[in-house]
Amino acid sequence: MNGWTLWEVFVRPRRGLSHTHVGSVHAPDAVIALRNARDVYTRRQEGVSIWVVAATAITASSPDEKDAFFDPAADKVYRHPTFYEVPEGVKHL
Amino acid sequence: MTADVADIAAFALRVGDDALIAAQRLGEWSARAPEMEEDIALSNIALDQLGVARMMLTYVGELASGDEDSLAFRRDDREFRNCLLVELPNAGPAATSGAEGDFGITMAKLLFLSTFQRLLHDGMVASTDEQLSAVAAKARKESAYHVDHASQWTVRLGDGTDESHRRMQAAVDDIWPYTHELFAVDDLSVRLDQAGVAPAPETIRPTWLDLVDAVLAEATLVRPADGWAPEGGRCGRHTEHLSYLLAEMQVLHRAHPGAQW
Repeated sequence: MNGWTLWEVFVRPRRGLSHTHVGSVHAPDAVIALRNARDVYTRRQEGVSIWVVAATAITASSPDEKDAFFDPAADKVYRHPTFYEVPEGVKHL
Repeated sequence: MTADVADIAAFALRVGDDALIAAQRLGEWSARAPEMEEDIALSNIALDQLGVARMMLTYVGELASGDEDSLAFRRDDREFRNCLLVELPNAGPAATSGAEGDFGITMAKLLFLSTFQRLLHDGMVASTDEQLSAVAAKARKESAYHVDHASQWTVRLGDGTDESHRRMQAAVDDIWPYTHELFAVDDLSVRLDQAGVAPAPETIRPTWLDLVDAVLAEATLVRPADGWAPEGGRCGRHTEHLSYLLAEMQVLHRAHPGAQW
């Protein structure tokens, strides 16, 4: 039975946090993929919510494009929010 | 009317033995399931069942005698009180010992058993016995997932290819006669019902039929006609399959009494 397709699994560890990629499962369809993900990745209370996405639905950046995509950001320090002062007493920044 | 302690122990033994033998059968799929993901799912369900078995057999030990290990590993087949359905081989009622498992048979057994367990646990939450009520409150969520798992696969196999439909229908037909024992009435079940310990099994069947019918209909499967209704598990008269299962399950404990990890 290798006709099952690959599904990428994203788990939200708890309320307030984002879904994080945790791995993948094989399944014949989305409904079973969700259940397989539940059994494989949340057996030890790792999550409160699961997303599954067909691996074929993901468009990924290519390693060949790495230079053009990411290197230009390397010398642009002004993009970091470090050029203004944080008023005293401000929390959660 | 309060329940007799011996009655509560006898009931806990039935529920615990159902779960224990179901766990052992499901565990036979470990490392042999059709896909790795399904392997993990069946093992998870087996461990859920084993968890219920441990709580129930421990309680039987407190009420009567023994402990979970002596009850699981030192009793002979005639002393087990599980229904016949759970002891049927994964390859089906007519299979010989050790035959390779049939996934359709396993899903049919799981659908019928877990739907029954879910309704039983729902009813047991209101039990006058606090321990039974507490176990049921935990187990009902697990049962709901077992029902879901079995339902999903029954629908996919029933409403799948011609071959999967044929085999799922055959599995439902093979297992159906053994479902009647789940709802069988006897003196014990009447006393438990009167004392508010456990729901009367015959009152569970209409809801069970509604739930199972809905799954079978979605799976384009035909509900078999009621007819032959083998029973005897609740009083220790089992199929030959149980002794083979116990031989494998108990061999280590019998060879090395008191063995521990």
